[in-house]
Amino acid sequence: MMKWLRNTWHLYYDGFRNMTLGRTLWAIIFVKLFVIFVVLKLFFFRGYIKEHAHKGEEAEFIASKILDN
Amino acid sequence: MTMVDWARAQFALTAIYHWLFVPLTLGLAVVMGIMETFYYKSGKDFWKQTAQYWQRLFGINFAMGVATGLILEFEFGTNWSNYSYIVGDIFGAPLAIEGIVAFFMESTFVAVMFFGWKKVSKGFHLASTWLTGLGATISAWWILVANAWMQHPVGQAFNPDTMRNEMTSFLDVALSPVAVDKFIHTVLSAWVLGAVFVVGVSSWYLLKQRHIEFANKSLKVGAIFGLVSSMLIMLSGDHSAYTVAQTQPMKLAAMEGLYKGGHNQSLTIISGINPFNQPDYEEQDEPPFKIGVPYALSFLATHDFHGYVPGIRDLLDGYTKPDGTRVLSLEEKIARGQRAITTLQAYRQAKKEGASSEVLTELSGKIQADMPYFGYGYVKDRSQVVPYIPVCFYAFRVMVGGGCLFILLFVLVLFFLYKKDIMQARWLLWGALCCIPVAYIVSEAGWLVAEFGRQPWTIQDMLPTWVGVSQLGSQTVMITFLLFLVLFTTLLAVEINIMCKAIKKGPQL
Repeated sequence: MMKWLRNTWHLYYDGFRNMTLGRTLWAIIFVKLFVIFVVLKLFFFRGYIKEHAHKGEEAEFIASKILDN
Repeated sequence: MTMVDWARAQFALTAIYHWLFVPLTLGLAVVMGIMETFYYKSGKDFWKQTAQYWQRLFGINFAMGVATGLILEFEFGTNWSNYSYIVGDIFGAPLAIEGIVAFFMESTFVAVMFFGWKKVSKGFHLASTWLTGLGATISAWWILVANAWMQHPVGQAFNPDTMRNEMTSFLDVALSPVAVDKFIHTVLSAWVLGAVFVVGVSSWYLLKQRHIEFANKSLKVGAIFGLVSSMLIMLSGDHSAYTVAQTQPMKLAAMEGLYKGGHNQSLTIISGINPFNQPDYEEQDEPPFKIGVPYALSFLATHDFHGYVPGIRDLLDGYTKPDGTRVLSLEEKIARGQRAITTLQAYRQAKKEGASSEVLTELSGKIQADMPYFGYGYVKDRSQVVPYIPVCFYAFRVMVGGGCLFILLFVLVLFFLYKKDIMQARWLLWGALCCIPVAYIVSEAGWLVAEFGRQPWTIQDMLPTWVGVSQLGSQTVMITFLLFLVLFTTLLAVEINIMCKAIKKGPQL
């Protein structure tokens, strides 16, 4: 078990250390994830129902939106 | 533009960009698997390096595309909150499975594939390469299950208490005929795109007279793989057309520009539909200058050369199927939809007032009976339920025409490889290279047919777009639309740049 864990660790550790093009790609992935989860999710894509409906009253909120118009 | 228009445009933009990355991942996954299998069998370093080269291009594309689909889920919660709430119970399972599969399967086997050449056995490495592709393909399955459910909602029942469509049969959702057809057709189309990419890139090396052996062998693998995929996609396309005719006849009528249906219908090859205006389907009997293949549409739609295919006007006015079943007219559907809405209002009011369970059960039964037409209760005008015909019509022809072009390309490449000297056929090599962007256009055209064709429904017949959206200002959505446009275009430019550099560098042979 320990050997397997050690081998797995080395697979990832050596793999990441020896990356060339991979470094650029990982940098792009991290920038992209930052933009998606921090900038877009926090500032532009907040859950509409979470912000506008009281907890537990989501069904009533939706009913008011789609049945009372 | 209204908020609905911006929300639709934003969703389309995100989906289109996301779909630029996905098909190459699915297509190259098979190509690199084939190359590595040759290495496993022959033990020749040539095949190892060939596999590694295509894996590098796969890696670039994979890294660029990863997480771009997540934004679609953000849009559900923000722009499409009514829709998102109503379908939440159905979408939760497939999207959660997709997330888990994508994360665990892909991240594990991608790591072994890229880092494990000297760390694991040849067999284990080969298995990891194939499992990387399988993981990506299984991910696609669950996303397409969710998409197919919107086009053909099955395995569900509407709960008037929770105001949600709730899953009653996971198997019906996961294995719905639309999901199966969509998955097979979409994955095969991705394979064709991957094959065109391999053929195009290999042709470029031949044009530059570099890596000749590598390019020749990659061309062979790419062209054979592409030809086999193209043959299979013709079969799946035939079945998809049949399924669309049964489940979304309005989409088929829009794809064909079929205003007035009937028996013995011909399949339109081309006609003079104005690309910039919705045609007058109420007055015209058929588009101008129509050239078609006799009986072919009837055969595609019904598997009978004389079968009845309803046109747009038949679908609006109602008609009787050959088996005697009557299909309701739009007016009748609107009446049923309005009744579903008022009964649902009555149910919720009765529940608030503490009505007896008998009353609630009776009202609930009435809601279920009219629920398949619920969305029609919001329709005011006949034109609202007819998709934009020019996009459906021309996108369908781009898809089919492109598919035929690629078959011709693969056949010519194989002919020149085996019977002539392909190095002398520079026109073919240039043609193959030019087919790479065409393959993307064709692939996106397929999605335009699928998604424009189901308008105005976010859930077929049950929820139109203008009811599914949140009550946001159109400016808010416009700003994020522009933000995405910049973000995705930058990402695409970076990918093309890195990909071109990797291609110019070539394989390490």
